[in-house]
Amino acid sequence: MNGMLKNLLQIRTPEGVVFHLHLASPMLRFAAWVIDLMVILVALNAVSFFVQITAIISDDLASAFNILVYSLLTLGYAIVCEWFLRGQTLGKRIFRIQVVDEMGLQLRFSQVLLRNLLRVVDSLPLLYLVGGVSMMMSRRFQRLGDLTAGTVVIKLQRFREPDIQQLMRGKYNTLRSYPHLIARLRQNISPEDVGVALEALLRRKDLENKARIQIFSNLASHIRKAVNLPDAVFEGLSDEQFVSNVVEVLYTKENRAEVLPGVNPEATVAPRGEVLHQELVPAVRDKPGSVDLEEGETVDSSDPRTGVIMPEPPSRRGLSD
Amino acid sequence: MILDLAHFLRQERPFWTELEKKLERLASDPQRKMSVEEISRLYYLYQRASADLVKLNTFASENALKTYLETLVANAYGEIHGGTEKKRRFRPIHWFWFTFPNTFRRQSRAFGLSLLLTLVGAGFGGGLLLVAPDTKDILLPFSHLHGDPSDRVAEEEAALESHDGKSQFSAMLMTHNTKVAIFTMASGLSWGIITLVILFYNGIILGIVSLDYILAGESVFLAGWLLPHGVIEIPAILMGGQAGFVLAKALIGWGSRDRLRIRLRQITPDLATLIVGVGLMMVWAGIIESFLSQTHEPAIPYVVKIGFGLLELTLLVGYLAFAGKNSGQTADNAAEVIVG
Repeated sequence: MNGMLKNLLQIRTPEGVVFHLHLASPMLRFAAWVIDLMVILVALNAVSFFVQITAIISDDLASAFNILVYSLLTLGYAIVCEWFLRGQTLGKRIFRIQVVDEMGLQLRFSQVLLRNLLRVVDSLPLLYLVGGVSMMMSRRFQRLGDLTAGTVVIKLQRFREPDIQQLMRGKYNTLRSYPHLIARLRQNISPEDVGVALEALLRRKDLENKARIQIFSNLASHIRKAVNLPDAVFEGLSDEQFVSNVVEVLYTKENRAEVLPGVNPEATVAPRGEVLHQELVPAVRDKPGSVDLEEGETVDSSDPRTGVIMPEPPSRRGLSD
Repeated sequence: MILDLAHFLRQERPFWTELEKKLERLASDPQRKMSVEEISRLYYLYQRASADLVKLNTFASENALKTYLETLVANAYGEIHGGTEKKRRFRPIHWFWFTFPNTFRRQSRAFGLSLLLTLVGAGFGGGLLLVAPDTKDILLPFSHLHGDPSDRVAEEEAALESHDGKSQFSAMLMTHNTKVAIFTMASGLSWGIITLVILFYNGIILGIVSLDYILAGESVFLAGWLLPHGVIEIPAILMGGQAGFVLAKALIGWGSRDRLRIRLRQITPDLATLIVGVGLMMVWAGIIESFLSQTHEPAIPYVVKIGFGLLELTLLVGYLAFAGKNSGQTADNAAEVIVG
């Protein structure tokens, strides 16, 4: 079943996985359309030059050519571009937006054709007023052509690998001496909270001083409420440094061998956590003040109880890439 | 539980990159056939990326990575679950002989409604001309039709045959009439109300002009003038109306329990097929109207023009009624044959 969050189109696959498409706003689409209009005007001007050459042969033929080219360009530009450029015109490419099927499936030619032919209605009475009103009233920002063809326009997202290294300042992290506290932090703090803390750290230089202090104060007190930490953990540290230490230990498992002697760091990455389970439980149970792990409990993220099943890769024999 | 993000990225990134490359390859060459191993590998990568997305949503909150994975999964989902229609190369001959006529027949009721409305309009227009002849000048949009038909016929027949402006006129007719047909289809969004008005008004004009020339004793001229292009142009307009009513029916949802989005999805291929067919018919009609219909006796005898018009009509009726029958195509798979 598909649904809507604010400016997000939520699609659920038959496998039960949910993904979101970020919808492009009407203003962004209008800006892209302005670019496309300029491209069409430039193309028409360029064609007019050749038409004038044709006029040497026949004025009538030149006029006919002019009329046909004008119609083909105005009607066909978007159709041709969106079909061959996978849902993008030049204007859409500049603004990184794309036409896609509203159910997340492949865009069909009939959809591209229909959504662009229906511009004759959307562009009424002028400057896409009807289309604009339709977009504002539609939760998916669809103009009438999009509604009929079953398409939406989405924003393409850039991939930016999270800059975890920025957090590892190379300084000593007091929390690493308390593996049981790290385990409690992992259990008691939600991924969303850690995500907020990470974002705050990555963007801290963009914050005003007062706001920066306030944000990290709030984050630090939230973390302290979630886990009862000894004073030694944050003594002498600012709230920002404390939060940075917390995020660092949660996002990375550096120096695990130092913390858990006898455990092969490579073993911790085994799928389903089986190897970790075998080696971790005795080591932790023997360590005074350690977390009381029950049989089968691990702290590795690939815990089989997560319910996420990693399928065994098929045999690579005969695979051609 | 928090995900070890750095490790997660190191472990999974190669699979995501491989999936990206496979999807890029598929997008650039949709007709390429994949081996069973390649398909299995693609599906495995899709499942793995989907599982990674679930893991990320559950155990981490890194928006940039989540957005990337969602895009990757969305692309792979679209590729794998894109439906049973195969992406085929453009087959114009197949489209002309099978897809278009079958689509027309599948939606023949809507065409019947268009025809009925136009005929009713024509009857109304003719009646109006008899009852109130002065309305002719108000209702007819073209000034050269306002006067006495006999004067116009004499003027046309006396004019020297000239080829000047025919190409331009032809281009103008093609583009204008195609836009009118597209608008007639698009007006189906008004639940068919505007489509109804357009067809009815077209019928009125046709009725007034036809009766006007018949009453003036210029039936032969009328037939020679309208038939060569009219037997193609008028059905094309009716097909535009047909597409409009198909759209209107989907909007209203008569006789269907499906949701609106599903209903619209089902008719999209038929609408596209019909409007492309209409466009081609208008191109032909535009050429004929400019180079043949507007040429009168003594340059071209009316009997030739009328004969040509009747031949076109016969071929058109035969084509729409019989072409592509018993081809084994079903409604589901016919629609996407035009392109991809």
